[in-house]
Amino acid sequence: MGTFHQDKGELHGITVVVDTTGSKVYIGRCDTMTDQGIILLDVDEHEDGKDGKSKTDFIQKAAKFGAWKKHEHFAIPKDEIAFVKPLGEFAAG
Amino acid sequence: MPYDPLMVQPMREELTQVGVQELLTSSDVDGFLGDKESSALVIINSVCGCAAGQARPGVALALKHAKTPDKSGTVFAGQDLEATSHARSYFADYPPSSPSIVLFKNGEVVHFVPRHMIENRDAASLAKELTDAFDTHC
Repeated sequence: MGTFHQDKGELHGITVVVDTTGSKVYIGRCDTMTDQGIILLDVDEHEDGKDGKSKTDFIQKAAKFGAWKKHEHFAIPKDEIAFVKPLGEFAAG
Repeated sequence: MPYDPLMVQPMREELTQVGVQELLTSSDVDGFLGDKESSALVIINSVCGCAAGQARPGVALALKHAKTPDKSGTVFAGQDLEATSHARSYFADYPPSSPSIVLFKNGEVVHFVPRHMIENRDAASLAKELTDAFDTHC
């Protein structure tokens, strides 16, 4: 999976959902994933309940149409991450 | 910053060799998409290895199908900046995504394949999605 940059983790280059243990969820292209956390590029974010949309609502819409870039890059520490999954995995649901 | 044109040229030719028209300027884009009475496939090409490496052969395979769009065109994201930006203005409700593939019918988007739906997919699977869309809309 991803491209062959061995120092960046297997999800390098893949559009991923990063859900957090808090209210935020992020979608972006995985740059680097390490024991310290993950760095995303071209990042969209959502806060649970904002504009009447849950995290799930936000992810499902992004899975269908893509994500709008709100940040060039964003780093999420490992201890805040609930899961990291390719956005494409949500498309069939 | 755009990549070396020599490096990108083979990625352009993967599409032009199967009859996809290169749209290098806004004028090219308007000439291609201004006609609202046909079906048109637009490929946002990209150097991205995770996705574009499968997008181009997937498109090439799909264009061998019995039923295809009236025309197909491509802009190259990160290379032909003006043309790409202008092409995206025709489907501005969709987040910018490269590579991506858009099928228009009578000026309306009828099928959209964003980058994350191309990543790590094989060419045959992508071609199947496209040919299903061609059968439905073209």
